[in-house]
Amino acid sequence: MEHGAGGRMSHELFERVFSSRYGNKYLDRAADKAVLKIGRNRIGFTSDAFVMSPRKVQGCSLGALSVFGTVNDLLTCGATPLYLSSSFIIEEGFPFDELDQIASDMTSAARKCKVEIVTGDTKVVERGKADGVFIVTSGIGSVARGVEVSGSNARARDRVIVTGSVGNHGVAVMIARGEFGLSAKVKSDCGPLSDLVLPALRKHGSRVHVLRDPTRGGLATVLNEISIESGVAIEIDEKSIPIEAGVKAACDLLGMDPLYMACEGVMVLIVDKRIEDSVLRELRRRGATRAAVIGTVTGSPKGRVIMTTSVGGKRYLSMLKGMSLPRIC
Amino acid sequence: MVGTGFGDPELVAGLATKIASLGIRDAQLMEVCGTHTVALAKYGTKSLLPDSVRIVSGPGCPVCVTSNSDLSLALRAVKTSGVTLATFGDMMRVPVDGVSLLEMKTRGFDVRTVYSPFDALALPSDKQVVFFGVGFETTSPGVAAVLREAQRRKVNNFSIISCFKLIPPALRALLEGNDVRIDGLILPGHVSTIIGTRAYDFLVEEFNVPCVIAGFEPIDLMLAIYSLLKMIEGRKAMLVNTYTRSVKAEGNPEAIRLINKYFEPVDAEWRGLGTIPKSGLALRGEHSGLDARQKFDLKPVKIPEPAGCRCAEVLRGAALPTDCPLFSKECTPENPVGPCMVTSEGACAAYYIYG
Repeated sequence: MEHGAGGRMSHELFERVFSSRYGNKYLDRAADKAVLKIGRNRIGFTSDAFVMSPRKVQGCSLGALSVFGTVNDLLTCGATPLYLSSSFIIEEGFPFDELDQIASDMTSAARKCKVEIVTGDTKVVERGKADGVFIVTSGIGSVARGVEVSGSNARARDRVIVTGSVGNHGVAVMIARGEFGLSAKVKSDCGPLSDLVLPALRKHGSRVHVLRDPTRGGLATVLNEISIESGVAIEIDEKSIPIEAGVKAACDLLGMDPLYMACEGVMVLIVDKRIEDSVLRELRRRGATRAAVIGTVTGSPKGRVIMTTSVGGKRYLSMLKGMSLPRIC
Repeated sequence: MVGTGFGDPELVAGLATKIASLGIRDAQLMEVCGTHTVALAKYGTKSLLPDSVRIVSGPGCPVCVTSNSDLSLALRAVKTSGVTLATFGDMMRVPVDGVSLLEMKTRGFDVRTVYSPFDALALPSDKQVVFFGVGFETTSPGVAAVLREAQRRKVNNFSIISCFKLIPPALRALLEGNDVRIDGLILPGHVSTIIGTRAYDFLVEEFNVPCVIAGFEPIDLMLAIYSLLKMIEGRKAMLVNTYTRSVKAEGNPEAIRLINKYFEPVDAEWRGLGTIPKSGLALRGEHSGLDARQKFDLKPVKIPEPAGCRCAEVLRGAALPTDCPLFSKECTPENPVGPCMVTSEGACAAYYIYG
């Protein structure tokens, strides 16, 4: 299971099994997206598989997630999302009403981010061969001239911006699973980021260097990925990271860290320091009221994230190790 | 919790300045609690202290101090037909002779992770459920409550392997062993809440070591460090309780009563410290029906530590994680060689994760 938790072991799995065989010029380290050159145009292309247990949590349903997730992935390669495919693997006996609800959630999600679902496939497998329903969506979008975002583009003195509070989705799922007898009003952040990200790209072009959505593994993991891919250090200030009180309280109780919890509606932007104020102002104007500058890119130590803690101490922020397990005592 | 005042950055900075102004030449403090290990690392406390003040971890991580002999009992129980073994998450991943309980699970043996010992009692099973119990005085009262409940419900398919340990005898052994420098002790807040301050009087009376019982927020930690350094500077050893919002002189009498009802102190083997007299808890004879050792005739087996692993020294503060040749090379949280790298409360994992 740890190989799927988004941290270091997920990277190992990818590199050992897939990267070595599929190897081509497009397959990047993060592997969930590629920018293809077709004629004179650049097309962003991504594919993602969605499994969720339970299939509905506060603020998020499997159907909505399967659209928003792929749309947000397209954004991270600088693409304007256009068309999606959706394929279903359905367990025999899965209730028709729920399937109908999923399709309806997908339709409204697609409308919300102005994409169309244009193709897809359905397979039904025997009872017991799948956990309800699995959805795979792929998406394409066009990359505008002048846009150059990549995980390897962070440069010293760039600023690190997040568009909203982190950790909500992960905590909402944990609560919905009911494993810890915990009840708290935490809503998943699941949602599309097109309206926040695309205007910044249009306005600032290549001065937006990196876009990454901190899904599995959370903020800590994506910052580490970027620092490694770009060969830089990232210094962040814990106090400036927006975290909702309910998320923080739930994590404190269980010994988890919100910085490693999945987000499904937050983007990390690494931008030229000259556009920092303008980007932040624009994000807030468009409703991202908790958007914040959380840190700066520096030169060394390469591949490490250093955090000034809430009380002023300094320490490393490491890549997620395995699954976030609750502590013993 | 940061935000309640115990994480106030200005107060922390003020304490850091006071600590620096003491001008301590050289001091080595020890904490004896996995939660302190994590909290100190997580808040970056080390970077707020002068280089002349070092904090080492002692035997305060319950998973880490569990000996291979204890683990051999769990591995044996798993292989017993008709047994479901339940234990805490991190215990699953400790490799013993290259095999962990998690690996046994992937081989098809019935091992379950539980968050609370009550979950073990609630496991739906037509088999015999054995709970592998590790932990300190913080965990044993909860397990005693589960045993009481099992008796009340007349459950006959539930038993435990008791490997619970006691903190005061381990501290005595450390100080008597005299091979590790300890200028001051940061005592565990949760354990102290159960056993009370009086349980530590001997540390000052017999060993003349400055001691502070500390909570887990940034202010708690900095205040504890400051108090210890003040005592060290003034050459006066006392037992100071800075966690008064939780810890009383007499502890928690109800919890102590529960422990004593079901358990009695026995000699126990600790990883890193060897066998320490009266430092473990075994089920009392009258509750033998709940004792998996007797029910399934489990006998401990001696299993050597992994080659090169220095967990044993790390656990008594005789080595830092970074002194171990395997640290962050062969031994990482993904592929831990020793238990101190397995659990986030282990000193090696804390060094690896937080630097």
